[in-house]
Amino acid sequence: MSLKHEISFRLNGKPATLSVAAHNSTLELLREKLRLTGTKHGCGEGECGACTILVDGISVNACLMFAVDCDGREVTTIEGLRAEKGLSELQKAFVEEGAVQCGFCTPGMIAQATHLRNTCPGMNREEIRRGIEGNLCRCTGYKKIVDAISSSLEKRDS
Amino acid sequence: MTGLIGKRVPKLDAPKKTTGETRYLQDIELPGMLHGKILRSDRVHARIVRIDTDEAKALPGVHAVITAKDTPGVPLGHGKDNTPLKGDKVRCIRDEIAAVAAESEEIAEEALRLIRVEYEDLPAIFSPADALKEGAPVIHGKHPDNIPFRFDYAHGDVDAGKEESDIVIEDTFTLHFVTHCCMGVSGVIADFDSSGNLTLHSLTQIPFLFKKDISPVIGVPPGKIRVIQPVIGGGFGSKLDIYPFEPICVFLARAAKRPVRIVFTREEEFVASPTRQPVELTLASGVKKDGTLTFRDVRTLHDNGGYTSWGATTPFVIMQTISSLYRVPHCRYHTTVVYTNNPYSGSFRGYGNLQATFAVESHMDRLAEAVGMDPLAFRLHNAQEPGETTLQGMNFDTCGLRECLETASAKSGFLEKRRAYRSKQAGPVRRGIGIASLLHVGGGAKIYRTDGCGTILKLDDFGHATVMTGSTDIGQGSETVIAQFVAEELGIPISAINVVNNDSEITPWDVGVHASRTTFIAGNSALRAAKKAKDKLLAAAAKKADLSADGLDLRDGHVVDAATGKPIVELGKLIRSLHFTQRSDIVMTTEYYEPPSVMQDREFKGNVSASYAFGTQVVELEVDTETGIVRILKVTAAHDVGRVINQLGIEGQVEGGVVMGIGYATTEHLVVEEGVVKNPSFRDYKLVTAPETPEIDSTFIETIDPEGPAGAKGIGEAPAICISAAIVNAIHNATGVRFTELPLTPERVLRRLKEERE
Ligand code: FES
Ligand code: FES
Repeated sequence: MSLKHEISFRLNGKPATLSVAAHNSTLELLREKLRLTGTKHGCGEGECGACTILVDGISVNACLMFAVDCDGREVTTIEGLRAEKGLSELQKAFVEEGAVQCGFCTPGMIAQATHLRNTCPGMNREEIRRGIEGNLCRCTGYKKIVDAISSSLEKRDS
Repeated sequence: MTGLIGKRVPKLDAPKKTTGETRYLQDIELPGMLHGKILRSDRVHARIVRIDTDEAKALPGVHAVITAKDTPGVPLGHGKDNTPLKGDKVRCIRDEIAAVAAESEEIAEEALRLIRVEYEDLPAIFSPADALKEGAPVIHGKHPDNIPFRFDYAHGDVDAGKEESDIVIEDTFTLHFVTHCCMGVSGVIADFDSSGNLTLHSLTQIPFLFKKDISPVIGVPPGKIRVIQPVIGGGFGSKLDIYPFEPICVFLARAAKRPVRIVFTREEEFVASPTRQPVELTLASGVKKDGTLTFRDVRTLHDNGGYTSWGATTPFVIMQTISSLYRVPHCRYHTTVVYTNNPYSGSFRGYGNLQATFAVESHMDRLAEAVGMDPLAFRLHNAQEPGETTLQGMNFDTCGLRECLETASAKSGFLEKRRAYRSKQAGPVRRGIGIASLLHVGGGAKIYRTDGCGTILKLDDFGHATVMTGSTDIGQGSETVIAQFVAEELGIPISAINVVNNDSEITPWDVGVHASRTTFIAGNSALRAAKKAKDKLLAAAAKKADLSADGLDLRDGHVVDAATGKPIVELGKLIRSLHFTQRSDIVMTTEYYEPPSVMQDREFKGNVSASYAFGTQVVELEVDTETGIVRILKVTAAHDVGRVINQLGIEGQVEGGVVMGIGYATTEHLVVEEGVVKNPSFRDYKLVTAPETPEIDSTFIETIDPEGPAGAKGIGEAPAICISAAIVNAIHNATGVRFTELPLTPERVLRRLKEERE
């Protein structure tokens, strides 16, 4: 077993200090140690996007990031992306536009879409499609996911 | 009436899925739960000489290590030619040799590395043709010829059909291995209590048959097995059989006396979950000069792989399309299914129909061209009318095939564009447009004596309904459709309905989620249960108010005067008054809906489904003749769906199916070389990604099926079926080159284009 490292970071807006093994991924830290199971494990190799989280506001595949690298960062998972009351505008758009089928890709898609909304609020459909290229969905054919992200752009969470 | 039918109704389970609250199998951790891992063969055909598990057993944190000798070895799966763990020999790369339950996945993996297996390699078979050769190695002793199944079907007289034909063409089509790639991988949790009751948290698509089928394999009576289905991260047919990991998990739980969870790795999912049936299909078709089809004659060779799961039975569906997609006066069909040492196939959305329709609809274009008709006119000339019964015995009570053809063509500008693209195009990038149609079951498929589904409907004291349905939601949205039917019938908002669909201890029997049957069968069952509840409520209200029940209706949570809409009594109040009384009663109804279909006879004839779905898809694309890259620009789909129940859901089914079909046609290929899966990762197995998706325009043709719930037909599989044929037809329009093999990767396209040029 490898060495443990103490890390301090902010997780969904709250400070966290804990020790992690050097070989642990952030995805393992979240899902297994902290039991934040909203972030999904789809491949473990950076190829599906199901594990997308935000680190300092930028989308990252949690399966590819070492847990120790969370040290000093601001980490936001799907559990931290809800609005004050109920669903965020983006989440509502996913529901209303029919962007969710089995839902396994959805937390990762929402995390990626949050990043896109924050970084390029004026994107067109083509840009949205490119923006979610790294997130696989086997059910929807992506159209309604693009619809949802696109329709959410005009709305801001209060 | 709440006016829910046909609306864009958001899925009831969607809000939770957007917040990450939804618990999938991977998220469930029972107290004391151990992690199970399976050691798989790295040989494709070999005798097992020795398995040494001593070191693995001694590893701290390991609670159980099992091999075949620790298990009863009862065969499982559709063909009962497989055992959970293999003791004598292995027949394909995924074969299960030993399994471990440990305190963590890491320890379980470490233990697997400590197990030593000694093999003695046997000569192996990797192609179906080789399996049929004289002196070929025998894969299963029970079938010395390597042929577990043959299928023969015929109607009319093919020789007479050939005589009548002015033109006869023949091609061989080669279809490849692909796999489901559910985003949520396979897995199961097995949990015994001290009285020997077993709870399986299973992703099965067939909870009730599952209990029956797994019972003898694990030696637990079905009455002691409870199947709970956590939310399923995609099914598409992959969970229609029992696979070895499921009983293995039970054996581990029994040995360790602790709950055990097995969850596949993604690599394992590629190697050890089912595939779509690879098929080599030779089709001869004939036509008269006036454009009338004369016959189809088909021989197919199916690579069954090492064992038999549902993939072996895809000929049932293949022959339907061969015999009945358009009028076929004479038809002959033969399939030989052969064992090889390749991976084995299960059922996969469309179930053989992608393979069949690829061949048939490619030929429809070739035949049209041969008689000088345009592809639309030729298809319309041979399309069935409503009310026709096909020569295989399928009753097309409703049939929107013509309307599908006409609508998809008109909306896409098919004929004009086709003409324009045919004339010489300048530059390396050529445009093309292609058309194809499909036929699929739309009202279940009676492959067992019953194709039914049970419902229990309960109304509580506050006018809320709980619908307990035997059907399973795998993400397609059946929960919401069922709630819509019940809400509509009971005049209550959809928010007042809770659907329970995942616990065999509570829900009544159902065949399973397959054959595009859930909206039709489970919908009819729920609708009828709701009608019974409505009758009961109206009768009770009529009695109390001294009115005739005929003049009453349910609306907005009240019993109302049907003519004026005037509320008479609030629903909750009425229900409470029924049991807060001496002669008390509750409102709870049951229904078992059995569709009016029949099992096929020995000749494979009969009306196997209560309804049939039709569809036409037109594809517009670009072929870059310098790189071989095919870019799908637009898909115009028209589907006969009987009636739209949930506009949002049905669009989602079409869009998802179309993109899955595009993947089948262009990007996806499970590469199997000498029995070994060479690309078990998303890096090398290419799913279609968002930027590669075309514009999709879907139209729904409402033929209002008389048997369907509110007129609906099933649609789950249909959208994936005909697109690969439409794509090759469009490529032919663009380049003049015809493809008979998939997938249409840039390498394949470029090679063929070059060959044609030379
Ligand atoms: S699980 Fe991280 S990208 Fe697939
Ligand atoms: S909704 Fe199933 S994978 Fe996207």
